[in-house]
Amino acid sequence: MTINQTRDGGKLTVALEGRLDTTTAPQLEGELRTAVDGVTELEFDFTKLEYISSAGLRVLLAAQKVMNKQGGMVIRNANSDLMDIFEVTGFVDILHIE
Amino acid sequence: MSVEKVLKVAADTEKLYEVQGFVDAELEAHDCPMKTQMLIDVSLEELFVNIAHYAYPEGNGWAEIRVGVTDGVASITLIDGGIPYDPLKKPDPDITLAAEDRQIGGLGIYMVKKKMDEMTYEHRDGKNVLTIRKKLC
Repeated sequence: MTINQTRDGGKLTVALEGRLDTTTAPQLEGELRTAVDGVTELEFDFTKLEYISSAGLRVLLAAQKVMNKQGGMVIRNANSDLMDIFEVTGFVDILHIE
Repeated sequence: MSVEKVLKVAADTEKLYEVQGFVDAELEAHDCPMKTQMLIDVSLEELFVNIAHYAYPEGNGWAEIRVGVTDGVASITLIDGGIPYDPLKKPDPDITLAAEDRQIGGLGIYMVKKKMDEMTYEHRDGKNVLTIRKKLC
């Protein structure tokens, strides 16, 4: 998985490419831990994300909890396969997906 | 009708891509739609990683994966010799809770149950035998 971070003041955009799974989720979790310092607006761009499992959902949930305290979080451009996963797990109700 | 293919690997998350690649090759040979393949891959990850993480507290475990496609239905069986565990007995997580109250445990198995057409478990000859089935289109 490739992680591309773009910081613009209080806004952080994280573009993911590839698979967010058991193997790659710790990488994202590690990067976010320091990257969200001082961030009020966290945006995930999933245009190039192809796959997500529960390990990836766990990291997104943790990020959402952090951002609930310090601002907001939004997920953009998730394809229909990913939306299917978000729907069946009820994540559509707790994540802000546009 | 097709012959069932078998792969035996160490029960280690490092083997995840090998396991998925093995099953994907069989699905692709039967023109499985990409969406279905992704859902089967996710299910496979949840089940295989469960075995890798929990079946063998002492480590050094194995897992056997069997895949076959018959009459347009993919059947995938995961077998391990670890501690007996029936994931179907695990209560479903509450997916209506707010983010703050959400527990992630159990979500993987829940996805498998919801997205596969059938999921069966049996403890046979000292082994966990778990089978998922999914219509290819």
